[in-house]
Amino acid sequence: MKLFPMPFHSLLLFVVWLLLNNSISAGHMVLAAFFAIAIPLLVNGMRDEHPKILKPWLAIRYVLMVMKDILTANVEVALLIVGPIKKLEPGFVAVPINISSDLGITVLASTVSLTPGTVSAEVSKDKAWLYIHALHLDNEAELIESIKQRYEKPIKEIFGC
Amino acid sequence: MPLYLEIIICVSLLIGGAFLLVGSYGLIRLPDIYMRLHSPTKASTLGITGVLLASMVFQSHLKGFLSIQELLITLFLLITAPVAANMIAKTALHQRTKPLDKTKNQELIETARDREVPKPPQD
Repeated sequence: MKLFPMPFHSLLLFVVWLLLNNSISAGHMVLAAFFAIAIPLLVNGMRDEHPKILKPWLAIRYVLMVMKDILTANVEVALLIVGPIKKLEPGFVAVPINISSDLGITVLASTVSLTPGTVSAEVSKDKAWLYIHALHLDNEAELIESIKQRYEKPIKEIFGC
Repeated sequence: MPLYLEIIICVSLLIGGAFLLVGSYGLIRLPDIYMRLHSPTKASTLGITGVLLASMVFQSHLKGFLSIQELLITLFLLITAPVAANMIAKTALHQRTKPLDKTKNQELIETARDREVPKPPQD
């Protein structure tokens, strides 16, 4: 049996534990190390196979881009809410997606929910369509194109699927 | 506490508070459940981030070392907010909640509920 079946998760647990306690005292280091070793050993048998992150730099760039988009999304949605409600034209859109892994679809759906004016509602059974609701839908084709270009393409490259 | 720190804390508290207020106002103002979903998932993320930023600066000054556990709260919020929004949207679909009459593409609600492939447009 390997001591660290999930090395990345172990590191994450270690760092998150120290962050949660906001301390780097020796006692918390020991506790963090204990959790970092014990929890992966316990849950290793229960996890599904996930695609690996093939391009970490692209992943970091993607996260930064999404953060910028979240900022603009917040301002945009705040303006829409305060502005004239009657002019809003909400609508549902079905976006064709081309990602095979569940993790990739989850990341895409979450990003769509956090970025301007769209919330993802459902995925079709064959995982080929993402249903989203837009707060203000003026150009359907443009919205679909921007989601595919801006978010789907980098996700596909990051996970290589 | 030096003046510039006080200004930074005040500004981020005010920005955060303003966005949280708008987010909550949207809950009363928007007409249907699907539209109401947008306001807490988006307007509030920036609101909470602003408040946590203020807390981070204040605590770092108070304790004398960089306090970054607030970043962790923001991260958890960013992970959970879309999932919660997605579950509420799903529930609304299954409860057959009526969307606003002028909502475009209402035929998609039916296929989304059954997780089917959308039917090609008939024209």
